[in-house]
Amino acid sequence: MTTGTRKHDSKRSQDAMSTATPTQAPHSDLPSGHTAHAAHAEEGRVGAGLFDPKQLLRSLPDACRKLDPRVMVKSPVMFVVLVGSVLTTVFSFKDPSDWFGWTISAWLWLTVIFANLAEAVAEGRGKAQADSLRKAKTDTVARRLTGSSEEHVPGTELRVDDLVVCEAGDIVPGDGDVVEGVASVDESAITGESAPVIRESGGDRSAVTGGTKVLSDRVVIKITTKPGETFIDRMINLVEGAARQKTPNEIALNILLASLTIVFLLAVVTLPPFADYAGRHLSMVVLVALLVCLIPTTIGALLSAIGIAGMDRLVQRNVLAMSGRAVEAAGDVSTLLLDKTGTITLGNRQAAEFVPVNGTTEAELADAAQLSSLADETPEGRSIVILAKEKYGLREIPPVAHHHPSEEALRAPISSGELAAAEWIAFTAQTRMSGVDVDGRRIRKGAAGSVIAWVREEGGTVARDADGITHRISEAGGTPLLVAVKDGKGARVLGVIHLKDVVKHGMRERFDELRRMGIKTVMITGDNPLTAKAIADEAGVDDFLAEATPEDKMALIKREQAGGKLVAMTGDGTNDAPALAQADVGVAMNTGTSAAKEAGNMVDLDSNPTKLIEIVEIGKQLLITRGALTTFSIANDVAKYFAIIPALFAAVYPGLDKLNIMQLSSPDSAILSAVIFNALIIVALVPLALKGVRYRPMSADRMLRRNLAVYGLGGLVAPFVGIKIIDVLISLVPGL
Amino acid sequence: MSPVLAGVLQLLALIVALGLAYRPLGDHMARVYSSDRHLRVEKWIYKGIGADPDTQMRWPAYLRGVLAFSAVGVLFLYLLQRLQGSLPGSLGFRSIDPDQAFNTAASFVANTNWQSYYGEQAMGHVVQTAGLAVQNFVSAAVGIAVAVALVRGFARSRTGELGNFWSDLVRGVIRVLIPISVLGALVLVACGAIQNFAGIHEVGQFLGGSQQWNGGAVASQEAIKELGTNGGGYFNANSAHPFENPDGFTNLFEVFLILVIPFALTRTFGRMVGSLKQGYAILATMAAIWIGFTALMMWTEFHHGGPAFDLAGGAMEGKENRFGVGGSSIFAVATTLTSTGAVDSFHSSFTGFGGGITMLGMQLGEIAPGGTGSGLYGMLIMAIIAVFIAGLMVGRTPEYLGKKIGTREIKFAACYILVTPALVLVFTAVAMALPTPRHSMLNPGAHGFSEILYAYTSGANNNGSAFAGLSSDTDWFNTTIGLAMLLGRFLPMVFVLALAGSLAEQQPVPATAGTLRTEKPLFTGLLVGTVLIVAGLTYFPALALGPLAEGLAS
Repeated sequence: MTTGTRKHDSKRSQDAMSTATPTQAPHSDLPSGHTAHAAHAEEGRVGAGLFDPKQLLRSLPDACRKLDPRVMVKSPVMFVVLVGSVLTTVFSFKDPSDWFGWTISAWLWLTVIFANLAEAVAEGRGKAQADSLRKAKTDTVARRLTGSSEEHVPGTELRVDDLVVCEAGDIVPGDGDVVEGVASVDESAITGESAPVIRESGGDRSAVTGGTKVLSDRVVIKITTKPGETFIDRMINLVEGAARQKTPNEIALNILLASLTIVFLLAVVTLPPFADYAGRHLSMVVLVALLVCLIPTTIGALLSAIGIAGMDRLVQRNVLAMSGRAVEAAGDVSTLLLDKTGTITLGNRQAAEFVPVNGTTEAELADAAQLSSLADETPEGRSIVILAKEKYGLREIPPVAHHHPSEEALRAPISSGELAAAEWIAFTAQTRMSGVDVDGRRIRKGAAGSVIAWVREEGGTVARDADGITHRISEAGGTPLLVAVKDGKGARVLGVIHLKDVVKHGMRERFDELRRMGIKTVMITGDNPLTAKAIADEAGVDDFLAEATPEDKMALIKREQAGGKLVAMTGDGTNDAPALAQADVGVAMNTGTSAAKEAGNMVDLDSNPTKLIEIVEIGKQLLITRGALTTFSIANDVAKYFAIIPALFAAVYPGLDKLNIMQLSSPDSAILSAVIFNALIIVALVPLALKGVRYRPMSADRMLRRNLAVYGLGGLVAPFVGIKIIDVLISLVPGL
Repeated sequence: MSPVLAGVLQLLALIVALGLAYRPLGDHMARVYSSDRHLRVEKWIYKGIGADPDTQMRWPAYLRGVLAFSAVGVLFLYLLQRLQGSLPGSLGFRSIDPDQAFNTAASFVANTNWQSYYGEQAMGHVVQTAGLAVQNFVSAAVGIAVAVALVRGFARSRTGELGNFWSDLVRGVIRVLIPISVLGALVLVACGAIQNFAGIHEVGQFLGGSQQWNGGAVASQEAIKELGTNGGGYFNANSAHPFENPDGFTNLFEVFLILVIPFALTRTFGRMVGSLKQGYAILATMAAIWIGFTALMMWTEFHHGGPAFDLAGGAMEGKENRFGVGGSSIFAVATTLTSTGAVDSFHSSFTGFGGGITMLGMQLGEIAPGGTGSGLYGMLIMAIIAVFIAGLMVGRTPEYLGKKIGTREIKFAACYILVTPALVLVFTAVAMALPTPRHSMLNPGAHGFSEILYAYTSGANNNGSAFAGLSSDTDWFNTTIGLAMLLGRFLPMVFVLALAGSLAEQQPVPATAGTLRTEKPLFTGLLVGTVLIVAGLTYFPALALGPLAEGLAS
């Protein structure tokens, strides 16, 4: 486990979140999916892109255990190889001096073991994760509330709707919702995130997960899942692959592979009568060798490893898919519903500019605006302070320990110097203004109507252009905040602060990429249509849904689905649950309610809505890997025919030796080389199966052309080269 | 003019003629199978057979129609042959033996037209016209109907309804096959093919001795024989016989008739699924394989070296002087790439490679352009296989024409592609393993093996051409080839219709930039590759021991 690096990664984004400065947007340094992947790989997160050959050795015992025919029969292709191995071994016993039969048998067994090894390695990675999860699931003792009294019962005896109490230091005994109190909880056992999170009753942050630890305070939790079916149980099953079911596409591919296997079986079992007529008796060993070379063993061996590795790649990105079906569906998604806040924009409105009215300077406005906001702890308020500082150098504070101006440093003047006597007026829903009274100056900032009313009340004048500025900002999708002052010169409006939603850096590029992949993005926001449109235009999304209610969201999903489209969305609230359930890919945020987590088919432990895009890419990558290796596997057969057919029949029809275009040294060596190549190619492709084919967002046409060139043509050519090399090596062995 | 140039010019003329017919015929068929109106004569037929042409059928009902109609056809044709001896207008021929009657009945109903009898010495006017000629029409119409049902499966959504079998059958005969074959027969008569009900003539030969000629409704049978990709000749010599195929022009005209419906159906397909480009992509795939095979055939037949060959301008053995190497190569490829099986030359006498090309043509599944209807549905099945693999490579669950290729669809497609290889290889292997069937071979070695491989390839793929050189009128061959023909025809239809039903129920997925573009040349290339690789890999060992061993020997 590399919890350490994971902590680091998440920690960084946490810091960035809390300070909410534009320069430190959580994903500003990760403009697109592939660079994000690269970043993961550089940090050495589990496996993604790395493959340790030692894993093969470690998984060997598991691979041998999988030789059980009852297990093997699930993969029709490899089952045929297993039967073939048994047959050749039996026939070799009948003729023990035949080194050829023994060698072929050995390589056939290796073929089967290599296939099992691929699966075992893929599963092995999950096992490591499952083990560390199990540690978190140590048997807990729950403090169950019955009436007003408390009793201690084992966590496994809890039933749905039981109420339990947890205090600082307690391990939460099961999944549930906080119904009373607020507490900080350490969820690192599940998310790998060491910073504690707040869980409180009511609202969207009430869900707690069994196995996590309460760090402070006391909460009462209502249990919502049965023991053995908790989140952590499901997670363990999932990463271990125990709950793994074949996905629809995997089943379809298996059917195609099985039918190809039958076709080749027919081609091989009908060969002996043809050969006998031609005057060539074919031994069982040779027939099995030919069969194994022809049936699609490469993809047959790697198919399940590809599926497991796909799930694993999600787990590495801290996403839990509740079914493989969901991962596959992710590759097919054609509409993405993205919440504006947190996904497209940084989540808070930020001051973008100060627009003074006629007769006031920008600096004057900035000074007043900043002064009035020093005590304002809302993100908007903070952004005003920072903008004034950055743009006009106001209230410059020498850097302390922080390499960037932190809130503490900025707020330092509040308690000292010029502002010691300041009286802070807080924002209320009635006044819709905040401000400060200091040194005979009274500054107010707030909604246009309220501030104008205040100025008039104080007997002041409202500059004529104030209204125009306000209007212009509103139209651009921003929020105007009026700033007014009353001092010796009377009450007057100074100007307008332009607050705007800041679109995360790099989002436009990402949406362009998605468009090239054929995916439509729809921004979901509670904003009015005007604001929504401005942000949608700036971010470059294809469409937006303004003033969205949960019902609107649901209707939108159903509409898209009625048109045959697959829809993906993220959500965290209880009112998102129906939409999450309706969407083909519903990613619930781990911070969300248990209703949301229950409804979605994936949970993002990092609670990062942008990850939806990566999930889609992983889904696509999974399907591409399957298709690429299938193509490769089938294309390989051509070369194998050219190796084996002349080897078998050139003796009776010398003309067929012209097909021996590889000029293989002897018939035995030709057959053996083909079998060895067939076995080794499985091992050679294990890393690719685990890592997945390299994926870059591009149009389907380009992607097909590229993959056909690499895996189709490559599959045609590679075995010619490989078999020739093996043949040369074999012919070097003395005595053959 | 050199024979090579003549051959190439004939091919070009053929391409131009097919190109001219493509649009009007394809659009006409699309209208025929989409229209709501019934012709008066059609209404009489519906009344006569007691069918309601307006009920929509789901796939099981459609399939029941196909099977019931065909079963009745087999039974009727069998009885007609068995009773020939007591029927008037039979030129005094005996009733046909049970095994041969079964074989012939299966053969004509399955649109195969494998003939283990000598037409002019076994079948009288009644069986020829009332039995065989009728099946030439209806078996072709059944093929088109099944193809149209599959096309509707792609075109329709959220319904299981595939149209009405009886209406598709009757319209195919009345509005497509009869009008064109009447025109075709007139052209053939004008060019010298015979059309009468004359009896047997005794004619003296140049070198003494005598031979018997009989007349018959040859030109009309010839027209539908080619147009419906049937291939059963009036005479044993088939289209090599001057009464059936008098000269070089009729030869080319017959090839045109063979190819015109299968190619034009791709336009019908494009029209009905609402994207002509999709039809062009399928057309391009078929055309690429057809032209490629014809070019290869001409190359191997013209190129074949040696003094005798050089004098003749190529491998002339078994070919008619009036057609030459070029005309014979064009005919041989067209007849084996469709389910026709008519021959104007003897495939057994082609070069080793040439014989292999005719066999591989059938082994591709006869889909370039294939039989009337069966070519289109066969190619669409291959397209589904190609889309499945390629679709994965673009990172989406594979879809074709907006329909997802899921577990059910791939299951039916996989079963489809299993049927004919299983029939061909298993029957050939059993025949080779048993002592008696091998006695029918007239040649030793690889060529003898080719004779049997060809027979089952031709039967199971519903081609019906014979390699020649195999005495196939034995109990064994009549029975097994008869079975191969029936299973090779109707099992795939079961899977095609089941697939059509499954597709019709789906709701279409809209195309996006992430969708595999199946109307692009890249996809055509991929489809050609898939067709060649799937068939090539299946039959490579068998072909290596037959035509390849022979062709590479020199």
